Amino acid sequence: MASIDLTWVIGGPQGGGVETGANVFAGACAGCGLKIFGKREYYSNIKGEHSYFGVRVSDKQVHSNVVGITMLAAFDAETLFRHAEDVFNDGAIVYESDLVSIKADEVPTLDQPFKDRLVKYLGSKNKPITIQGMLDAAKERGVTLYPISFKTILSNLADETKNPKLRGMFRMLNVLAVSVSLGILGLPPDTLLSSVEGVFARKKEIAEMNKHAANYAYNFASAKFQKFKYQLSPIPKEPGTILVQGFQSTALAKIACGCRFQSYYPITPASDESVYLESNETFDVENNRPGSTMVVQTEDEISAIGMVVGASVTGTRAATSTSGPGFSLMAETLGWAGINEVPIVVTLFQRSGPSTGLPTRHGQDDLQFAIHAGHGDFPRIVYASGDIEEGFYDTAKCFNFAEMFQMPVIHMMDKFIASTVATMKRFDPSKITIERGKLLQKATPDYRRFAPSKDGISPRSRLGLEGGIFWNTGDESDEFGHISEDPGNRVYRMEKRGKKLETALETIPREDQAISYGISEFCIVSWGSTKGPVLDAIDMLKKEGYKVGFVQIKLLQPFPTEYVKTLLKDTKTIIDIEANYSAQMGSLVNEYLDHKVDYYILKYTGRPMTCTEIYESVKKILDRKAEKRQVLTYGV
Amino acid sequence: MVSNLSDYKTEVHNDWCPGCGDFGIVNAVQMALAEMELPRHKAAIFSGIGCSGKTSHFVNVYGVHTLHGRVLTFAQGAKLANPEMTIIAVGGDGDGLGIGAGHFVAAGRRNVDMTYIIFNNGVYGLTKGQASPTLKLGLKTKSLPEPNVNQSVNPIALAVASGFTFVARGYSYDVRQLKDLIIAAVRHKGLAFLDVLQPCPTYNDINTRDWFAGMDQIDEMTKKSRPRIYKLEDTRFDPAVHIDSPEEENEKITQALIKSNEWDSKIPTGIFYKNEIVGSYHERIAERIPNYLENPPAYQEIASGTRPITDISKFLDNLQV
Repeated sequence: MASIDLTWVIGGPQGGGVETGANVFAGACAGCGLKIFGKREYYSNIKGEHSYFGVRVSDKQVHSNVVGITMLAAFDAETLFRHAEDVFNDGAIVYESDLVSIKADEVPTLDQPFKDRLVKYLGSKNKPITIQGMLDAAKERGVTLYPISFKTILSNLADETKNPKLRGMFRMLNVLAVSVSLGILGLPPDTLLSSVEGVFARKKEIAEMNKHAANYAYNFASAKFQKFKYQLSPIPKEPGTILVQGFQSTALAKIACGCRFQSYYPITPASDESVYLESNETFDVENNRPGSTMVVQTEDEISAIGMVVGASVTGTRAATSTSGPGFSLMAETLGWAGINEVPIVVTLFQRSGPSTGLPTRHGQDDLQFAIHAGHGDFPRIVYASGDIEEGFYDTAKCFNFAEMFQMPVIHMMDKFIASTVATMKRFDPSKITIERGKLLQKATPDYRRFAPSKDGISPRSRLGLEGGIFWNTGDESDEFGHISEDPGNRVYRMEKRGKKLETALETIPREDQAISYGISEFCIVSWGSTKGPVLDAIDMLKKEGYKVGFVQIKLLQPFPTEYVKTLLKDTKTIIDIEANYSAQMGSLVNEYLDHKVDYYILKYTGRPMTCTEIYESVKKILDRKAEKRQVLTYGV
Repeated sequence: MVSNLSDYKTEVHNDWCPGCGDFGIVNAVQMALAEMELPRHKAAIFSGIGCSGKTSHFVNVYGVHTLHGRVLTFAQGAKLANPEMTIIAVGGDGDGLGIGAGHFVAAGRRNVDMTYIIFNNGVYGLTKGQASPTLKLGLKTKSLPEPNVNQSVNPIALAVASGFTFVARGYSYDVRQLKDLIIAAVRHKGLAFLDVLQPCPTYNDINTRDWFAGMDQIDEMTKKSRPRIYKLEDTRFDPAVHIDSPEEENEKITQALIKSNEWDSKIPTGIFYKNEIVGSYHERIAERIPNYLENPPAYQEIASGTRPITDISKFLDNLQV
């Protein structure tokens, strides 16, 4: 059992440095060998709305967030109103002491449905609708309060360093809150300081100022307050550990596996990946010719996928990265890539739809759309990663699938993975292989782009290859690629393209189709980022003597019916867990398997599942006390 | 090596209507490729949807017949990935200025070194003659139930305003001039736009070959028709920006816009605007990625056998705890 496992949450107005603060905290803990799983939540807003970052710190790797907060750090009123109730009874709140008299009505960003719930909650506790009320209610439950005047800290610091400017440096509140928290949590200060230095690496002067402030606040807190019940202490660092965000993993894999062209249109939560890729556009290659990935910001997503297809017909590995609304616009071109057998990769960071939906929130709403997007009948591969690390290795696989089977590949990621930051084993590019399928280096005589072949896959030429001239068209076409409306040719081409999907299913190794984490009478079936909370929930259940299996399906189109059937053959009860309303993967199971889903655990609040919620709802099923469909709702 | 014109022709049956202006354009494209002696595998025609979309199938170079309105997106992707290719994008006026207008403007801003030819006939031919974005307000071509209720877009003016650095107009029945314009467009360093007036004999019964020839405007003195089409190169019009100054650029842009508004009785062809002082997209990229042109995306080695050869260790080092 983990001896350290606590959740620290920092909240504040968007633009107020919440993310920076969380990065400093995570970096400090990771620097002490501790394992991190952090997740950012924010509104569709630039400045002012409430955002928060929850960092779970443990001495063994965890894969999800929990229900509840061990320590809440707040430098604004809204954070206290929204999260104080969520702090564990034996938890703590570090807060700006000036805030206590603020009434809920004075915080304009609190929406009415939330205020209604707040009034009800504080009313039931007989408390006023103020910060003081929130804090009193928490204190009565046993929560430890750490009031701090951050303003006083700033002015003391200004006096001490003879730098009057510091008095008004409210941008440093985040670093102060982190430092006070770490002082109370007892983590040695040196990794805090090096983390500050790392986070502000690009701005030397600001780094120095923040380091000074961090040191002061840390010492102030450890001198003033008694030690908190839960303490963080360094553990031996595992060599080769990285602290990485979800969007970085797919980008790094794109560089490693030879994606040399990416186009995109700005959209949350996908564009972080493209921006990171562009920031790292040049790199070394073993052949001593520096390589580069060209990143093009286009006028819309239609152009983004059009450019990818254009780049791909030159033999370049090419991808676009988007989210639901952008992917909707790509549907027609996806079909064009399908009929012309062009390998492209679409990295799809799902968020809550439909339409604009909850644009900055999580969801697994687009599985059925990814499988069916585009008119007409054409093959594509839909492949889903379960976490950041899988995102790295799977990206490379997706490019292989695209080139081996000459079809579009939709790589399913999501907002939960994109905005998670976690420690993990350093990615190992030597575990990646590059399979380019039937891409020609030299043309064959009498070359025909769509020549018949047993596996449905024809040798692929590329623009610029001598003797390899071909034509592409969105019309149905003959072996050369010229328009043909001949019924016999139509049957040939439809069956050729269809055959490739069979070839894909025969070729993709079973361990890449689905992963079994143990089979049992009760078995969870899930996909994508739900993996993390499911794994942690299974651990929690195991400790209580419950046994439950888990199959993570990664290849969702073509559906690996035979392998999943084999995995589930001894299972009596199938539990489908996913973050959407209509159980989109569950309906695939129901379509392809004789054994239908017995229980559904779903969440569509836009907030990721926590292991606690899954633990509780699966336990109900195991205890035979559950409804067929359980809907989860935790999260601010 | 002298290239034969026949080398650039495919054997694909051409099913355009007899008398279609498109024939002149495809002939001019083939002639231009032959005259430039471009190796066939180093050239590609990208096309949109509609009658003009079939052009790529008639030219014996790489041919990519794309989607309605999207030809520029595919073409730019290919050119950026493989700058060695000579890329000519073609499409109709509805394709490029209706459904594809956003891409038209965005492409102008990028200035990728390639050529875009619009087959401009004022109608959507393949769907039976609906009004296209270039049909003048109030005109009622043959198959319209009511006269056109929309203002027409001015392709030359839009191209200049969007940032195209070579803007010209050709006429499909003057194949020789058109061939020369295509060669000039291809050789231009930057994005070249060619608006080609191309009568649709089946659906546009107003802007016909006779109309362009001015058969309806007879000079009272000579009793001869006054052709609408005339060539800018026969006048003192100088389209080129010669020096790097905002005044010079303003002057050339302004005269191009003024010329582009001539229509009813006199219609200029030739080069309206040319600016090679503005850097192409490739040059801008090469400033960031120094070896972009000698090691572009399409030619980068990415693997030795199946083993990746890209070194990402410096990025991973940055994430190390």
